[in-house]
Amino acid sequence: MDTSDYAIDVRGVTKKFGTRTVVNDIAMQVRPGEIYGFLGPNGSGKTTFLRMLCGLLTPDGGEGKCLGLDFRSESAEIKKRVGYMTQKFSFYEDLNIEENLDFIARLYGMSQRKVAVQKSLERLGMVERRKQLAGTLSGGWKQRLALAACLIHEPKLLLLDEPTAGVDPKARRDFWDEIHKLAADGLTFLITTHYMDEASRCNRLAYIAYGNLLARGTVDEVIKAGGLTTWEISGENLAALAEKIRGLPGVEQVVAFGTTLHVSGRDAEKLNASVSPLISGAQRWTKIESGLEDVFISLMETAKDNFS
Amino acid sequence: MRFNFQRFWAIVVKEFIQMRRDRLTFGMMIGVPMIQLILFGYAINSNPKHLPTAVYAADNSVFSRSFIWGLRNSSYFDLVREAHSPAEINNLLAENKVQFAVTIPVDFSRKLLRGEQPDLLLEADATDPSAVGFAQAAVSGLATTVLNRDLTGPLAKLQATAPPFNVVSHQHYNPESISQYNIVPGLMGVMLTMTMIMITGLAITRERERGTMENLLSTPVHPGEVIVGKIVPYIMVGYVQVILVLLAAKFLFNVPMLGSVPLLFLLVLLFIVANLAVGITFSTIAKNQLQAVQMAFFFFLPSLLLSGYMFPFRGMPGWAQDLGECLPLTHFLRVVRGILLKGNGLAETLPDLWPIALFLTVVLAIGIKRYRQTLD
Repeated sequence: MDTSDYAIDVRGVTKKFGTRTVVNDIAMQVRPGEIYGFLGPNGSGKTTFLRMLCGLLTPDGGEGKCLGLDFRSESAEIKKRVGYMTQKFSFYEDLNIEENLDFIARLYGMSQRKVAVQKSLERLGMVERRKQLAGTLSGGWKQRLALAACLIHEPKLLLLDEPTAGVDPKARRDFWDEIHKLAADGLTFLITTHYMDEASRCNRLAYIAYGNLLARGTVDEVIKAGGLTTWEISGENLAALAEKIRGLPGVEQVVAFGTTLHVSGRDAEKLNASVSPLISGAQRWTKIESGLEDVFISLMETAKDNFS
Repeated sequence: MRFNFQRFWAIVVKEFIQMRRDRLTFGMMIGVPMIQLILFGYAINSNPKHLPTAVYAADNSVFSRSFIWGLRNSSYFDLVREAHSPAEINNLLAENKVQFAVTIPVDFSRKLLRGEQPDLLLEADATDPSAVGFAQAAVSGLATTVLNRDLTGPLAKLQATAPPFNVVSHQHYNPESISQYNIVPGLMGVMLTMTMIMITGLAITRERERGTMENLLSTPVHPGEVIVGKIVPYIMVGYVQVILVLLAAKFLFNVPMLGSVPLLFLLVLLFIVANLAVGITFSTIAKNQLQAVQMAFFFFLPSLLLSGYMFPFRGMPGWAQDLGECLPLTHFLRVVRGILLKGNGLAETLPDLWPIALFLTVVLAIGIKRYRQTLD
């Protein structure tokens, strides 16, 4: 694939706030029509990275292209082709749905404005609610409105910053179905999220912590690269067992999942040597696939030691 | 539920912590009142002295010189101009260059010597009646005493009985000293200053506080488009206020409208835009809506007190007048009073138009420079 064909192709992107480096030398390549997941703990620099891509923040370093345009010098052009959905609902609560959409359509200088607004209302099933004030919408509807507004100028790339935070599971699932439909039509998505189920619905992922890119690839690739061995323990007295296991050599994570305990570590032998003697007869000890979440938490813990 | 001291104290402590965090607000609550106390305490004077006065002395005699010396000594009058014709005097009063004009007629000393009690003309710009009252009282006192030194020997009989000459006072522009004539047109400027700055001050801070600014910045919209787009609707609101004040002035207060109302309509635009620009600029500096309101108020108070709206402009010390000259309201008051009460045209208002235009340019430049197109 030729580099100019990427929807996003940036290298060395860096942003400092004062002396603090919030985004440190990040490279990212996203193919057109791809749903790219962007994960990382709170304050890891995800939002800052998105804001730099759409020209809301000036990068301190880096180069590359966004939709074939130089992301540092041509941000005015990029803005016309990108839809950005902010983390916090940022439309006018004292305007109704239709007025909000109409306002955005005007800002983008849409020639067929009325048609675009009507189409957008229909696609998101908001035709009957068009006169409702945006401030009175529920979380799920606000999010749909925000997505509709981002799409109105028919962008090629959508940057969604935690679009499903605070949205119920059903609305979340509908939202992701919509995104997959749009991606099938050729739209590219860069989405930040904290939800593992959403991460696994992305084509590819990148994980950042403390401004540093720690892992990237498909879900399987990321899990494999994590090199984590995970054991599942079931049985009785798990809480007491968890206390005993925590901190033993080779044990990196002990997480309670309802009636089971997940114990993981990167050194499988050490982990085995530490834990197996403690397993009593009433408890069962099976090796399982490591999950994305286990890998991310492990990455984050390691990153904390290296960067902070 | 009973009043619980601990719960109450929790609120008190929390309020103090928040107050301390918001440095600008805290500064405004403590610092600004101090500045204002000192500023206004020294600046405001309701018994103005040293008022600029022009003299047209057609009769240059020892008596006229003594009278002029007496004027100067009264400390109410500063002789800043020597006029050479009655027309010049009229111009000086219309253009607000002088507050008083004294005319000593040609045959003043001749009539005086004959004991005919000649008249001296004292003309006053009485648009603001409170600026001229004390000075006029001082001048009538002068008539009986100022020539005592000159009227000696054979002339001593002239000072014995009635005053040797009369001072005829003419109050121009507001002969009946009706303060509404001065206050009502002034209120137009005061209302515009307050509402225009407050409304636009909130306009951009609200976008930032509600998070809609981030969205706006991610669209292709330019700063100029945002600023001008936010100013225009309020220009219309401003004009509604102007119309209301003018209607009230005409039908409720019977304020004379000697000059051209369409001209006033045109010129008020400059003043409205200047105030809107102040509001926009404040909102690019303020972090939240509260701070924007405080800034608006911080600007409004000196505008009210140092512009000549509440207290005579010329009663203030020189430094306060200089400060007042920087405020658009000061100049607008002269424009609106000039047009309505003096019948001034464009030529007479020009000296007060360019300072407003200059103010607008400076403030707008700061505003556009401060408006950030990014979130950096």
